[in-house]
Amino acid sequence: MSIRCAIMALLLSLFLAAPAAASERHPTLPELEHEVMCPTCHQLLELSDAPIADRIRAFIQARIDAGDTKSEIKRQLVSEFGEAVLAAPPTHGFGLLAWLLPLFGVAGSGVVIAVLARRWVRPIRGPGKQVHPDSTSELDPVLVRRLDEELALFDR
Amino acid sequence: MRAPLARRGRRSRLSSKVLLHTFGLSIVVLLLVLLAVRLVSNGSGRRLDKALAAGKSPVAPEFSLARLNGEGQLRLASLRGKAVVLNFWASWCVPCKQEAPLLEAAAKRFRSMGLVVVGIDSQDFRSDARRFIKRYGLTYPIVRDGGSSTPTHYDVTGFPETWFVDRSGHVVGEHVQGPLTREGLLRNIAIAMKR
Repeated sequence: MSIRCAIMALLLSLFLAAPAAASERHPTLPELEHEVMCPTCHQLLELSDAPIADRIRAFIQARIDAGDTKSEIKRQLVSEFGEAVLAAPPTHGFGLLAWLLPLFGVAGSGVVIAVLARRWVRPIRGPGKQVHPDSTSELDPVLVRRLDEELALFDR
Repeated sequence: MRAPLARRGRRSRLSSKVLLHTFGLSIVVLLLVLLAVRLVSNGSGRRLDKALAAGKSPVAPEFSLARLNGEGQLRLASLRGKAVVLNFWASWCVPCKQEAPLLEAAAKRFRSMGLVVVGIDSQDFRSDARRFIKRYGLTYPIVRDGGSSTPTHYDVTGFPETWFVDRSGHVVGEHVQGPLTREGLLRNIAIAMKR
């Protein structure tokens, strides 16, 4: 069973990795326009009509035609304009926080939900004795006495 | 029997609440700290413009940038004792092409009187900037900040923009946003050189 699961996971990862590898080796201009920012207007390249955006588009197309990979093109753009030219934050320095914070948020929320769910689901136990759900121990004694009187009247 | 049970229930509810509140509060505090760090690291926020408007002469933000038409780095501090024209430009900027000959002429004319024109190319390809320098025959020092760190420190929002720095390293005159006129350039050079 576990071997079958491992094979399935491997096939799934290969299935997902294939398009990514193709995109890395043979990037297209629209793909990169979606991953690169215009340095003057701070918009995605695909949304910008600034002169420098046109120049960057021409540069990217020339590098694609020359056979550069996506990583190589991005590296050249970063060397010209700095990390801010990439739409995704860098994976080091201050930008690393943008990647880690969501993970911390999800992990922290998971822990809090797990702890709360465990407390809400767990039955409350006394020292060595389980409290029956029908127990009237927490009822007001006055109410209990009145209930007994009503029941006694009902029995007659 | 009843009292301990109730206490346990209350304690459980209380610690759940405390846990939730602590988690929520820590998220809020973390976001506030990040916001503060970001605001501080973003620099002056039109500090120079505000100071000039208040009649002050703030210290020009220091920079050390690679030269495009020469070797090594150029530090603003190394120009102390000279008046400096700081011109922010990019090769794709049309008005920059118009004012380039004016800046070159001023650099040559006032060099012997202690004036230095410094061009700061930004948000531009190196190859395009070098082509621009060659095309307009610019001989004054030109440095490059590929990103926007130096322009941000100088409150630059577009190209071209020009600042004037006096001999003691203080910003003086006008912050010229847009292409320079001959009169505007000479007026501000005079202010920077007299101080």
